Amino acid sequence: MLNRNSRNIFRFLTRPFFHHQRNSFLLPSSTPSSQFTSVTGFDEKYCTQLHLQRNIIPTELKVFSFFNPLRNFLKTRQLGVGIPHHKCYGSMGGVVQRSPRFSELNDDDVKHFQEVLGEKNVIQDEDKLTAANTDWMHKYKGSSRLILQPCNTDQVSQILKYCNSRGLAVVPQGGNTGLVGGSVPVFDEVIVNLSSMNNIISFDKVSGILVCEAGCILENIMSFLDNEGFIMPLDLGAKGSCQIGGNVSTNAGGLRLVRYGSLHGSVLGVEAVLANGTVLDMLKTLRKDNTGYDLKHLFIGSEGSLGIVTKVSILTPPKLASVNVALLACKDYSCCQKLLQEAKRKLGEILSAFEFLDSQSMDLVTKHLEGARNPFPTSLHNFYVLIETTGSDESSDKQKLEAFLLGSMENELVSDGVLAQDINQATTFWRLREGIPEALIRAGAVYKYDLSIPVENLYNLVEEMRSRLGDAANVVGYGHLGDGNLHLNVSVPQYDDKILSQIEPFVYEWTSKQRGSISAEHGVGLMKANEIFYSQSRETVQLMTSIKNLMDPNHILNPYKVLPHSITS
Amino acid sequence: MKIMVAVKRVIDYAVKIRVKPDKTGVVTQNVKMSMNPFCEIALEEALRIRESGLASEVVAVSMGPSQCIDTLRTGLAMGADRGIHVEANYSLYPLSVAKILKKLVEIEKPRLLILGKQAIDDDCNQTGQMIAGLLNWPQGTFASKVVLDKEKQVATVDREVDDGIETVCLNLPAVITTDLRLNQPRYATLPNIMKAKSKPIKKFTPEELNVEIKSDLEIVEVTEPPKRKSGVIVSSVDELIDKLKHEANVI
Ligand SMILES: Cc1cc2nc3c(=O)[nH]c(=O)nc-3n(C[C@H](O)[C@H](O)[C@H](O)COP(=O)(O)OP(=O)(O)OC[C@H]3O[C@@H](n4cnc5c(N)ncnc54)[C@H](O)[C@@H]3O)c2cc1C
Repeated sequence: MLNRNSRNIFRFLTRPFFHHQRNSFLLPSSTPSSQFTSVTGFDEKYCTQLHLQRNIIPTELKVFSFFNPLRNFLKTRQLGVGIPHHKCYGSMGGVVQRSPRFSELNDDDVKHFQEVLGEKNVIQDEDKLTAANTDWMHKYKGSSRLILQPCNTDQVSQILKYCNSRGLAVVPQGGNTGLVGGSVPVFDEVIVNLSSMNNIISFDKVSGILVCEAGCILENIMSFLDNEGFIMPLDLGAKGSCQIGGNVSTNAGGLRLVRYGSLHGSVLGVEAVLANGTVLDMLKTLRKDNTGYDLKHLFIGSEGSLGIVTKVSILTPPKLASVNVALLACKDYSCCQKLLQEAKRKLGEILSAFEFLDSQSMDLVTKHLEGARNPFPTSLHNFYVLIETTGSDESSDKQKLEAFLLGSMENELVSDGVLAQDINQATTFWRLREGIPEALIRAGAVYKYDLSIPVENLYNLVEEMRSRLGDAANVVGYGHLGDGNLHLNVSVPQYDDKILSQIEPFVYEWTSKQRGSISAEHGVGLMKANEIFYSQSRETVQLMTSIKNLMDPNHILNPYKVLPHSITS
Repeated sequence: MKIMVAVKRVIDYAVKIRVKPDKTGVVTQNVKMSMNPFCEIALEEALRIRESGLASEVVAVSMGPSQCIDTLRTGLAMGADRGIHVEANYSLYPLSVAKILKKLVEIEKPRLLILGKQAIDDDCNQTGQMIAGLLNWPQGTFASKVVLDKEKQVATVDREVDDGIETVCLNLPAVITTDLRLNQPRYATLPNIMKAKSKPIKKFTPEELNVEIKSDLEIVEVTEPPKRKSGVIVSSVDELIDKLKHEANVI
């Protein structure tokens, strides 16, 4: 008892779940939840039912009834979808058919890959395949027979060149934490997993520019930078598993966007491999470069549909000495909103996160996550706001934040609040916000919507959804309020088509009416490929299609994702 | 009854410690400092005793540079009634701290003195025992449970020892040092942070308290623990056996 190093003992005893469990939980393979596998709905009966239902209620047509000019355009395309042999995915309720244009994998292909990559990087192990075929939510499941793990850009290029010539479809995969079914195969696509490309190539301490391979795990980059006195301009709950290549490919937003902006600003360059194997070297380390079209942006947020990102150069801000975190309780949504306005004015330069969660989210987290507790003695509050400040001067930052918080209390914007006194407390408060996705997964099946909506009306959707669904579901709302980004989650015991039909297309129509986005930061993936018109005009999608056709004429890259199936299949 | 609690300002336990290149100590500049977690537990226990009506006042004491005021403010925001800061801009080792505490006990006359079992920076685990010795008070160290009997003026303390729980009864006044599982400290709420602003913090220097600080310890060298070597994945059982035989020399 006496001579143990108490710093380590304390760390060990007080944080049983922070790192170890979180990371492993994020790996699909370690989430042995029979609940989900049994409802993912791969049995024929379920598919047929779904298919029939779709025919009776032509949701697709209803879906697009808002967009009159589009209706014909879509109707004709949609007709091609969903005849025999289609497959369906648990709760997606979508219908998609394996494209006949793709070849099927054969032994010669495998042999070829073994020659290019070496045997150990060509994976056919059942357990590994199951994990790589299943998404984080256990909502989407593919049936790929092959994982390829290239070790360098040249190997990626050789893989794609071969697949392109053979007509083999490919799904690029990073940490497989994506939430829209983009990172797993839909059918038998070959999985190209970037995990082995995890080297940091260079770091310039003067400019803060980091160059690394796409497979670097976000949290590992963060620790590397921490040692150098820098931080990543993005942070998200999946940091223990997601990769920078995946982040760039989904244009991940996360918890610090309010301060550091989107990846379109901080990513300075990428190296990407096109479908035909061409390597595009756009790995610049310049803040300013106006020479022609800035094509790297095509790879930021295109979810692996235009190329595989192999290297990234990113501008990282210096790590500042003083970080403060407060968790506040508000009586209603209007207080959260006013608090945001005030925070932007009064904390301006030091504000680094402004997150909110409703009491339903708080209840979920405290119920399902070990060690999580509501810091407030009474749990009668309706909303909680997490504010983080990051600045260079501990005492003046704290003073500023305290003055702001006390002022907000006097104005009754805040009904109660706690201010973290040490890093452990700050981590605990963050855990309440960051742990929501994990708590939702533990609670059962979940329908996730990631929406950009003008802040003013953002929470109305949650309330409307709640009254629509009544007791059938637990509707929770949380998200990056500072960015007008709502995470609307409908938690149910198991995936249920009846409930789904109550949610969709309502949620998309509602968002579209507000001129919001049906995907604020998670991307389109498989889940929303057919819904893109809710947020993009026909002309825009047409140009996107032309770009796709130009860069990946055989559509081998991440098929059935991002663009409407009618266009890409 | 008055309770005195000692709270130490240390490098936040979540911070990665860096050793100074000249090996004279660890880097503290621009590093987040917080209240020693065991001291937080000590303070929490004192507050709970006060809230249950068994004590009337909790006084928090911190020793060190002027920034210790921040640590005291945290303590006051948690609920301590008053603070005492003994300003010293040099290293204080357990015996000096115990001597200063003794003087403060003589001034404040608490019936109970609660400290963390050790501070996570120097891991000394000595101060509680030393002050009990200097005051000639009974001590209950590594407390995982504390029960006070006001009538009998006795504190019953459960101690976590290697072969189980040992229960000791101490006549007050007494010294208690806290272990990790004693309680879960509360957060500083905004209303309490606001209240803390008007709570008094009294300042002393060791000289004013007539304590002569002798540095009875000399730090010879501070070094990092050896780095853990990264593991290797072996490709076959034969290779594993070979490595265990020839590299690890264990079989
Ligand atoms: C707990 C949790 C919290 C999350 N929080 C947030 C959040 O706050 N903000 C946010 O924006 N997102 C969030 N996400 C979702 C987010 O999209 C992912 O976590 C992350 O950005 C994806 O990285 P990944 O490496 O796991 O990519 P994957 O999931 O493997 O892939 C995502 C997409 O990118 C493609 N892709 C991956 N790597 C490459 C590559 N090298 N080249 C080309 N294409 C590639 C895939 O094909 C797929 O379409 C969260 C997810 C979880 C599970």
